[in-house]
Parts: sequence; C-alpha cells; structure tokens
Amino acid sequence: MTDVTSLWSYLATTPLIWLTITILAYLVADGVARRLGNPPWANPVLLSVLLIAPVLWLTRTDYSTYFEGAQFIHFLLGPATVALALPLWDNRDTIRTSVAPIMLALVVGSIVAAGSAILLARAFGLPMEVLLSLAPKSTTAPVALGISEAIGGIPALTAVLVIMTGIIGAVAVTPLMNLLRITDWRARGFAVGVAAHGIGTARAFQVNPVAGAYAGIAMALNALLTSLIVPLLVRWLV
Amino acid sequence: MLQTLGLLLGCQLLGEMTVRGFGLAMPGPVLGLTLLVLILTRMPILAERLRPTSTVILANLSFLFVPAGVGVIGNLEALSGDGIALLVILILSTVLSMLATVGTFIGVRHVTERWTT
Repeated sequence: MTDVTSLWSYLATTPLIWLTITILAYLVADGVARRLGNPPWANPVLLSVLLIAPVLWLTRTDYSTYFEGAQFIHFLLGPATVALALPLWDNRDTIRTSVAPIMLALVVGSIVAAGSAILLARAFGLPMEVLLSLAPKSTTAPVALGISEAIGGIPALTAVLVIMTGIIGAVAVTPLMNLLRITDWRARGFAVGVAAHGIGTARAFQVNPVAGAYAGIAMALNALLTSLIVPLLVRWLV
Repeated sequence: MLQTLGLLLGCQLLGEMTVRGFGLAMPGPVLGLTLLVLILTRMPILAERLRPTSTVILANLSFLFVPAGVGVIGNLEALSGDGIALLVILILSTVLSMLATVGTFIGVRHVTERWTT
C-alpha cells in the first residue's frame, strides 16, 4: 500500500500524468465521436472534459495541479492560431470575391453577439458585473478577458462563459444550419467563427475544410472588432 | 515539422512583441496569423512545406481546448447563483448571433453576385 502511495506522490509532482490523461481522454472522446459519425452533440471538447472531471474529483486534484501538465497542450493554441494562415491562403481566391459578405456579416454578427447578451442579461435582471463579464463572450479567450477587465467585468467569470459559448456554438451550428437549409460552407463556417470563436472553428474543420477556413477568418476578425464594439454597446445599452 | 513549428512560433513571437510594444488590443497569435499570410504572399512555395504539420495541428484543434474546458468545471462557482440564467442567455445569444451572421452573409452575397453579373 505504501508503494502505491509513494508512486502517486511521485506522479502527482510531474506534469506527465495529467498530460497523459488529457491525451487519453481526448483520444477516447474523439474516437467515440468519429465512430458515431461526428454528431453535433458528441463534441470532443465537452466529452473530454466530462471524462477528465471525475478523475480530478476522485483524486482530489485541484485545477492548478492539473494545469501544470495540461499547460503544454494549452500553449499550442498560439501556434495553432497562426497555422490558420494556411487554410486562409488556400481559399484566398474565394475570399477575395466575398469581401463584402465577410465584412458586413462580421459587423452584424459581432454586434448581435454582444448586444443580445447585454439585453438578455438586463431582461434577466443579472448583476452589472455579471452583465459586463458576459458581453465579450463570443470572442477568443485572451481578447475577451482583456475586454472584461477593461469594462469592469470579472475575468474569471468571462473565461468560463467564453468556453461555454464555444461549446454551445459548436454543438448548435450543424442542426441550426441544416434546419435553415443553408448549404454555403463559407456562410456556415463564418457564422460559427463569429459566434463561437476557436471551439466553433474546430467544429467547422471537423465538418468541412472551407467552413473551417471561413470560421478561422471570422474568429480572427472578430477578435479585432469585439474590442472596439463591446465598450460602445455597453455605453449605449446599459 | 520543426521548420513549421519554428515558423509558427516565430510569427507568434513577432505578433506578441508588436502587440505588447504598441499596446494593441488584439491577441499576438492573430497578428502572427496575419504576418504568416503576408509571408505566404511573398513566398507561396512555403505553403506546401507548412502543410503537413499545420494540417495535423488544425485537424486536432478541439484537443487544444480541453485544458481550458476542464478549467470551466474547476471554476463553476464563478457562475454563483446565475448558472441557469447564464446558460439560457448563452444559448439564445449564440443562436441569434449565428442567425444574424449567416443571414447577412448570404443576403450580401446575393446582392453582390447580382450586381457583378
């Protein structure tokens, strides 16, 4: 028994175990999702989280310990964002011919994403700092946290809301677009990129490469626009 | 693979340095993405060398969000008593935003296509 305890106390101090568990959980989640034909509800991020959370709970591991291992994966989000340049480059000809739809859809989508969140939070009578934390939820996490802090929100709450938004968008986009009978992959991808940043973009790449490229463009452009729009909307709508 | 990683990290680093240096309100990696597109316009041949590693990274983009996703579970108390209201708002607002975006995109595309043909 002491052997198990000393083995655990060794493992608990290295990043190895949580890195391995994260990869294994994802492989299981992604494998299940693929076998089912990638249905929208079997989101690999959501499934992985649901597999890892009980392990953390059972081993009484706090998030900062988990993140010591998982940070190596989290770090790759930066270079992965830069890598979106390649699908953008591959689709440069169709992008050049759709500059007008891209720009107008970006402005409208970005305003509705933040504006509807603000108005709904008011309708639900949520406290002001919760409303302010909610406003930048559709943009990528580093930008959303910066905006939240600047306008008087709670960055820790914004972090949770941004990830939840990403998962909701990734799960909702396919049934919603099919319901509306929208077959243009550019429009479908762009919509989920504006509304649900990187997690929505990951879903778009799962479904169609053109949708993925347009989701990537939408996410990048919305990162720029949201930081301009949210402070203005807060001034007008609050 | 290492060349690609070096180029991706190099673009990100230049992006982060520029953002911090000039106090810009955008993430460093997004500027790095823009920089890489500019490099590709100058050196289109690089695209094929980037492709194998970039394709692997982007095909597994969901994986990279797992640590942040686990953070949500660890931080659920941040939602305090407003969890249900926030969930309803997030669902409504995300669907509304997708509807507005896709409607505008397709509407404007129809107008511009009619205009140019």
